Amino acid sequence: MTLAAPHIDTGDTAWLLAATALVLLMTPGLALFYGGMVRTKSVLNMLMMSFVSIALVTVVWLACGYSLAFGDDAFAGLIGGLRHSGMAGLGPDSLHGTVPTLLFATFQLTFAIITAALISGAIADRAKFGAWLVFVPVWALLVYVPVTHWVWGPGGWIVDRLGALDFAGGLPVEITSGASGLALCLVLGPRLGFKKDAMRPHNLPMVMLGAGLLWFGWFGFNAGSALGANGLAAAAFLNTLAAGCTGLLGWLFVEQKRDGHPTTLGAASGAVAGLVAITPSCGTVSLLGALVVGLAAGVVCSYAVSWKFKLNYDDSLDVVGVHLVGGIIGTLLIGLFAVKEMTGGAEGLLYGGGIAQLGKQLLAVVVVALYAFAVTYGIGKLIDKAMGFRASEEQEHTGLDLTVHAETAYDHGVLGHGAPVAHSVPATTQKVTTQA
Amino acid sequence: MKLITAIVKPFRLDAVKTALQELGVHGLTVTEASGYGRQRGHTEVYRGAEYRVDLVPKVRIEVVVEDADADAVIDAIVKAAQTGKIGDGKVWALPVETVVRVRTGERGPDAL
Repeated sequence: MTLAAPHIDTGDTAWLLAATALVLLMTPGLALFYGGMVRTKSVLNMLMMSFVSIALVTVVWLACGYSLAFGDDAFAGLIGGLRHSGMAGLGPDSLHGTVPTLLFATFQLTFAIITAALISGAIADRAKFGAWLVFVPVWALLVYVPVTHWVWGPGGWIVDRLGALDFAGGLPVEITSGASGLALCLVLGPRLGFKKDAMRPHNLPMVMLGAGLLWFGWFGFNAGSALGANGLAAAAFLNTLAAGCTGLLGWLFVEQKRDGHPTTLGAASGAVAGLVAITPSCGTVSLLGALVVGLAAGVVCSYAVSWKFKLNYDDSLDVVGVHLVGGIIGTLLIGLFAVKEMTGGAEGLLYGGGIAQLGKQLLAVVVVALYAFAVTYGIGKLIDKAMGFRASEEQEHTGLDLTVHAETAYDHGVLGHGAPVAHSVPATTQKVTTQA
Repeated sequence: MKLITAIVKPFRLDAVKTALQELGVHGLTVTEASGYGRQRGHTEVYRGAEYRVDLVPKVRIEVVVEDADADAVIDAIVKAAQTGKIGDGKVWALPVETVVRVRTGERGPDAL
C-alpha cells in the first residue's frame, strides 16, 4: 500500500476561507465595541487604533512574522526560522495539512491582528497615535509571534513539548493581550479624571453591534481552528455558542444581585467574557464543560473589571478584567473539563485524567502572562522614553479625535461632550468668498 | 402681564400643553433643559461602576398671560405636571413690562 500524497481538500479550504473572513471581521467589530465604550471626544481615535492594527500587523506578518511563528523551529521550541520571510517559498500549491499554506498563514494573521487591537482598550483616550503605530509592529514581533510559536509552531515548547492544550488561542490571543494591556496602562498611567469623572460609554447600541459582530466572527475564530470542515469544527462551534450564552447570563445574574439592574453593557461584556474563556477550550471540552466555562467567565469577569478601581490601574475598557481573567479561566478549566473524545488523548481532572493536565495548563498560563507583561512593559517604556507614549494634557482634555485626527464623530450642540468647531464653514468656501 | 416659567418632567409636556389649550392660552415656548433640585440626579451603572448623573433632563415651558389669568394658568400647569414623585419640577411667575408682537407691532395684552 502506498500512502496517498498530501492533497488539497476543497471542503476544508472553503470553510477556512470563510472562517478567515469571519475572524478579520472581528477587528472592525472590536472597533465598534470599544468605540461605543469611550467618550464622544475620542471615539474616532478608538476606531482608528483597531483599523490601523489591521494594516500594521498584516505588513509585519507577511514580512517575517509568519515565518518566525510557524516556520521550522529554529531554537529550542522558542522561535521559528526566517526561511519564509516575505512568504518566500510559499505558492498556491504549498499545503498545510489539507489547506493551502497561504490560507493558513492568512487565517493566523487575522488572529495576530485582533490580538494587537485588543490591547488598545487598556489605553483608550490617552495614547499618542504615533506611538501606537510604533508599538503595534514591535509588539507583534516580540510578544505575539514568539508566544504563537510556543503554542502552535512546529516543535513549540508549550504544546509540542510540555503538552498543554490551547485550541484557538487562550494563550497567544487572550492572555497576551490581557497581560500586555495591563503593562501598557501602567506605563501610560490613568486617564485624567480617573475615579473622579464619569467616563461612561457614549453609545451603547454601538457596543452591542460590535459585540454581535465579535460573536459572529468568533465562530470563524474557534470553529476555524479545527482547520477543516469536520466534526471537531462543529463541536467547537456549538461550544462557542454555549459559552457565550452562559457568559452573558452569568454576568447579568451578578449585576442583578449586585447592582439591581441587568444592563446592556453587562450582556455584551458577559457574552465576550464567555467567548474569551471558551477560545482555548472549545476544541477540548465537552458541551457541559463549555457551559461551565462560559458561566464561570461571566461571573468572575464581572467582578474582575472592578479591580482596577481598587488596585488603581486604569485599564480603560477592561482588557485585563475580560481578556486576561477570561483567558486564564478558559485555559485552566481545560485541566478540569478536557475529554478524550475532543482531545484525542488528554483528559481533565474531572474525567479521570489526574492533576497533571491542570499543572501543564497552569505553567503555560503563568509563563505566557509573565512574558507578555514583562516584554510589553519594556517596549512601552522604551517608546515612552523615545517619543512619549501619552498624549498631552490638552489633547486628552479636548479629545483625541479633534486634536489628532482633525475630525469629530458627531455634530453636537455645545452641551455635547465633543468639542465642536465654533464656525464650521468649509475652508474652501471661505477662500472663494474672500476672492470674490 | 406675567411670565410663567415651568420646569417639568418631559413626559408631562403633552398634558401641560393640553391643559393650557383648554384654558385658552394661545402660545407657549418649550425648551429642553437639564438641572436638579432636591432629587439631585440619578445613578447609572456601567460594568458595576456607579456614575452619579447630577443634571436630569427636563423641559422648560414659558408662557406670558394677563395678570388675572396667572393663578389659573399656574394651577393648570401644576395639576397637569404633577405625578407626586420627587423631581416633578417648579413653576414661577415674574412681572412682564411689555410684550410686542413682531409681525404687527401690537403691544401689551393685545400682543398675547
